[in-house]
Amino acid sequence: MALVPIVAMVRKDLQLFFSDRRAVIMSFLVPIAIASFFGSIFSGPSRNAEPARIAVAIVDQDDSAISRGIVAAARTDRNLKVSTPPESDARDAVRRGNTMAAVIIPKGFGDAAGKAFFANGEKPPLGMLYDPSHAMELAMVRGVMTEHIMQAVSQEMFGGDQGRALIEQTLPQVQGSAMPDDQKRLLVEMLGSVQKFYNQSPSRPAGSTASRGITMPYTVHEEAITAGSNVAYNGYAHSFAGMGIQFLLFAMANLGIEMLLERQKGLWKRVRSAPVSRVALLGAKCLSGTLISLMTLWVSFAFAMIVFKVRIEGSVLGFVGISIGVATMAAAFGLLVAALGNTPASARGVTTFAILIMVMLGGAWVPAFVFPAWMQQFTLIVPVRWAVDGLDAMTWRGIGIGGAVMPIAVLIAFAAAFMAVAATRFRWEEA
Amino acid sequence: MLTVKNLRKSFGTVRAVNDVSFSVASGQILGLLGPNGAGKTTTVSMVAGLLTPDGGDVLIAGRRLAGDTDPSKRRIGLVPQDLALYDELSARDNLRFFGALYSLTGRTLDTAIERALTLVGLADRARDAVKTFSGGMKRRLNLAAGLLHNPDILLLDEPTVGVDPQSRNAIFDNLETLKAEGKALLYTTHYMEEVERLADRIVIVDHGTVVADDTLPGLQSRVAAVAGAAATLESVFLTLTGRSLRD
Repeated sequence: MALVPIVAMVRKDLQLFFSDRRAVIMSFLVPIAIASFFGSIFSGPSRNAEPARIAVAIVDQDDSAISRGIVAAARTDRNLKVSTPPESDARDAVRRGNTMAAVIIPKGFGDAAGKAFFANGEKPPLGMLYDPSHAMELAMVRGVMTEHIMQAVSQEMFGGDQGRALIEQTLPQVQGSAMPDDQKRLLVEMLGSVQKFYNQSPSRPAGSTASRGITMPYTVHEEAITAGSNVAYNGYAHSFAGMGIQFLLFAMANLGIEMLLERQKGLWKRVRSAPVSRVALLGAKCLSGTLISLMTLWVSFAFAMIVFKVRIEGSVLGFVGISIGVATMAAAFGLLVAALGNTPASARGVTTFAILIMVMLGGAWVPAFVFPAWMQQFTLIVPVRWAVDGLDAMTWRGIGIGGAVMPIAVLIAFAAAFMAVAATRFRWEEA
Repeated sequence: MLTVKNLRKSFGTVRAVNDVSFSVASGQILGLLGPNGAGKTTTVSMVAGLLTPDGGDVLIAGRRLAGDTDPSKRRIGLVPQDLALYDELSARDNLRFFGALYSLTGRTLDTAIERALTLVGLADRARDAVKTFSGGMKRRLNLAAGLLHNPDILLLDEPTVGVDPQSRNAIFDNLETLKAEGKALLYTTHYMEEVERLADRIVIVDHGTVVADDTLPGLQSRVAAVAGAAATLESVFLTLTGRSLRD
């Protein structure tokens, strides 16, 4: 017969939950809205879509064949969105954050770069103005520009008019230089060979795209490793897991705070005066909390599946298991709030802080792989991390049931620990 | 029906209840009086099983009350001082929940709900949310919630605080009906006229101890013998507990 009070308590909690419109909105609509926003930011390019291009301004003050070649190559780069404003406009665009970086090719750059390419000439400076808030993109732009500059300079040096003129100009200088004879002989032979190459090849017709310079000696075959060859990464899977967990924790903290309010209103006196055991009381609260949490999480995921095509690519059983694990952990967390909180107001403040820390460290906002290595290890002590990683594994990573066992075990262990502390610290006496 | 023997309870260094003893028979109303902080609510809480006594016993029909799940708790109904109700739920859903705590189900529970609501005059508001009720209606529903499982003993902790005369009178009528049904009622209040009207016996506690346990005429005669004039219950109370303010 102990089941009757337990069922009654669960039904009452569900009735109260659905009668509180604010709680329902907070639990269902808000996580969906925020997860949709985060998902749209972190979802990355889809399989067929163009990557997000980095806005770069190139200021060509040189207007040489080499500098024009650099600009032309940069324009065709799929990673860059190139504009060619005057320097003052480029500086302004970077300052305002409209352009990530501006590359300034100074006057005489092509000539000097050509000389520096063959001989030990002075290397010309290339100006790079950048937005300091985009350090990662800066490294990428630097690498991309290096490729295009090397290609443009070598192309011109091995086939362009500027290269021919430079060789003709450089050969007498080398012959008349004071460098050691053996080095001088080798350099003259190399430049002579290049000159022969020029003389045997006709001048490149205008508009020719045939490359005669240094090119990348390889191509890259990119393959995203997800659940399968036809399965693209879906950032919404991660964002709905993260936000779903965050808001079910808030819902359960609210359940704990409601218990404190029930105590204030004298409701616990009536409940405690009935012949119901402490285990049944806490068990019923944990059960109702778990059910509300599961609804919160699954409604969010159902929305993500319908609207954003999120799929459980791994084990459905594993997904259900992890969902139950995280829901139980969250419900036990709510009991912990009720046990440790003095007043609803003080509990609300501390709990909000604790939840935000947990979800932040757990990778609910941004994936844990962007954390420093030490933090990736450290955050394993946070249950949210196991929940998020577990749900990621069952959705877009497509890991089987084996990948769910450890997260489920850890989440249930956290739930048991929270319950144990709650049971021992709960104020059972009602004065 | 209810016997309290040498109950003791301390909170830290404060002794809230010290060697309190009294008994309530079936079909009897015992008025428990005392100034603020005298130990009335603490005593009621121990009788209801909400607090564990440091010493002494609570006997229900001669059987010692022990533990959260003691079946004897089914023979006790508590009407707490607070309006212990869920405002968002209807009167019926509140009673359905509180009845289920005593394992009432199905037709038994429905009948109990009807009976309790009819007794307190709220049968026609059964489906309305409690938040729409007046203070007096909430007080009456609070009483109904304590009666659902048909207890032999009813503990009433200031059950008429903040209600209008009509609702208070209705509650008195309900209590007299319950007394006539043979229930034992322990009634705590600050209102002397309530005790004068309802109580068969009066226990006055102060500083955690019983300072008087008698019928109203008995108490009045004790004070009249000292003061040499006819005494009201209020004068008896002030004589026994003093006139200093209690906060």
